[in-house]
Amino acid sequence: MNKSDTRLKRIMTAPFSVWMAIFVIVPIGLVLYYAFTSSEGGFTLENIASIWEYRGTYLISIELALVATVICLLMAYPLAYSISKMKARRQQTMVLLVMLPMWMNFLIRTYAWMTILEDTGLINTFIKFLLSLVGYEFEGFTMINTNGAIVLGMVYNFLPYMVLPIYTVLTKIDRSVIEAARDLGAGGMDVFTRVILPQSVPGIISGITMVFVPAVSTFVISKLLGGGMTYLIGDIIENYFLGNTGEVNYNVGAALSLVLMVLILISMGIMNHFDEDAETNGGGLF
Amino acid sequence: MKALSRIYNFLVFAFLYAPIAVMIVYSFNGIKSRSVLEGFSLQWYQELFHDSVIMKSLYTSLLLAVLSAIISTIIGTAAAVGINASRGIRKKIYLAVNNIPMVNPDIVTAVSMMILFVFVFSTLNKFEMGFGTLLIAHITFCIPYVILEVLPKIKGMDSNIYNAALDLGCPPIKSFIKVVLPQIKPGIVTGLIMAFTLSLDDFIISYFNSGSTVQTLSVTIFSMTKKPYSPKINALSTLLFTAILILLLIINLPKDKNSVKKKGAKK
Repeated sequence: MNKSDTRLKRIMTAPFSVWMAIFVIVPIGLVLYYAFTSSEGGFTLENIASIWEYRGTYLISIELALVATVICLLMAYPLAYSISKMKARRQQTMVLLVMLPMWMNFLIRTYAWMTILEDTGLINTFIKFLLSLVGYEFEGFTMINTNGAIVLGMVYNFLPYMVLPIYTVLTKIDRSVIEAARDLGAGGMDVFTRVILPQSVPGIISGITMVFVPAVSTFVISKLLGGGMTYLIGDIIENYFLGNTGEVNYNVGAALSLVLMVLILISMGIMNHFDEDAETNGGGLF
Repeated sequence: MKALSRIYNFLVFAFLYAPIAVMIVYSFNGIKSRSVLEGFSLQWYQELFHDSVIMKSLYTSLLLAVLSAIISTIIGTAAAVGINASRGIRKKIYLAVNNIPMVNPDIVTAVSMMILFVFVFSTLNKFEMGFGTLLIAHITFCIPYVILEVLPKIKGMDSNIYNAALDLGCPPIKSFIKVVLPQIKPGIVTGLIMAFTLSLDDFIISYFNSGSTVQTLSVTIFSMTKKPYSPKINALSTLLFTAILILLLIINLPKDKNSVKKKGAKK
């Protein structure tokens, strides 16, 4: 490598480095700064301490996101598995079908569920109609503005994020390994639990992170489908920064964001711990 | 077993597409109801096109998506080339920084940039949030995805060809344009499309960084969900869905044709 080559390399990365330094590193530094200062500017731990007040909110956010993640995993795995066994041409079409709703605007997708779940919405109207045929008066279920509706919104919006990575690892499993297991006398169930499932762990893990992270930090789904009955941590952060229903306080907002960021980093660390091949995989990626 | 998995797949796809189907059907509803269907009309489409707020925000979103896709693709592609060529700790730092916006929840990225803008603007006592801040924010979260698409393509490239061009006396920049660019073009195109769709779909980052003067389509839809029901949203979603469907078909069809041609050529 000659000198002009190194210079060229530096020139190529310069816009990226400058841009990311100003718009990624500095903002995170500012979040840290705001989290540890009072509105007058002095150092304080009060913001971090005041987060204790919101422990219930963190817990319910984590709980709902976890439930949604588990449901996504249980729904996505069989689908991804059966797609991976189809003919190549059909696989392409199916993957496209999984991705297509994802390309619809996120808000529109969530809004559509409002229409369906409402008290006078599609499901209730339909059930009422059926029951009125047999002469039964029915009040209708309350589905919207419940935690169940929030979980449904999360599952619906993030399901493709679970299907795609699992599908990708499943297609990469070496067929001959499965055949070898069969030749050595493993039954269908054994092949699945001892060969296929362990090899799909990296896909499951990236699926879990891709569902859990947006689910735990959402404020749109809880607003639209939860009707403001359940506050998630995203709602609290939004309020502190935009003050739609309360006072604006960047310092507490920054502290809340910081804790959320750390929580996610920790859970990702735990997740990667389960993935024994994480290091070799990461090495391959980079 | 096979029938069972067919039924299962059908149910999951029904779940994925039911809300979209409902919106499409209700966009043609003759009355303003979320549950009762009566008659057929195009009145919601008419109202949609006469809604200046929606039309203006659609224009803002498209302009924003085009600009941020182009700029982030240029910065990202150049960076990917540089990152691929660097080694050791420097490379690790580049990749770690690149990962931050992808790993962080959107709301944290959004809020951190908002703090930066508010901090700088209030210190300078000049400027306010608007299209400029939106563009900066969108470029920032698009760059990592462009790099993610382009980097593997560069890595998979035979660097000997580039070196051969240099040995034959071609200046570095010219050999980059003539030799490297054509080889990584598929990655660049995928990155560009990805950045475009990410920008168009984004709500959270736009919501915090758009200020009060400019609205993207997502922000407008969000404010519409808080108001009384309007079937205009259904009409809008139907149009968007059709546009995406056509776009996907266009992207996927030529590829198939090429592969057919290639197969034919092999024979």
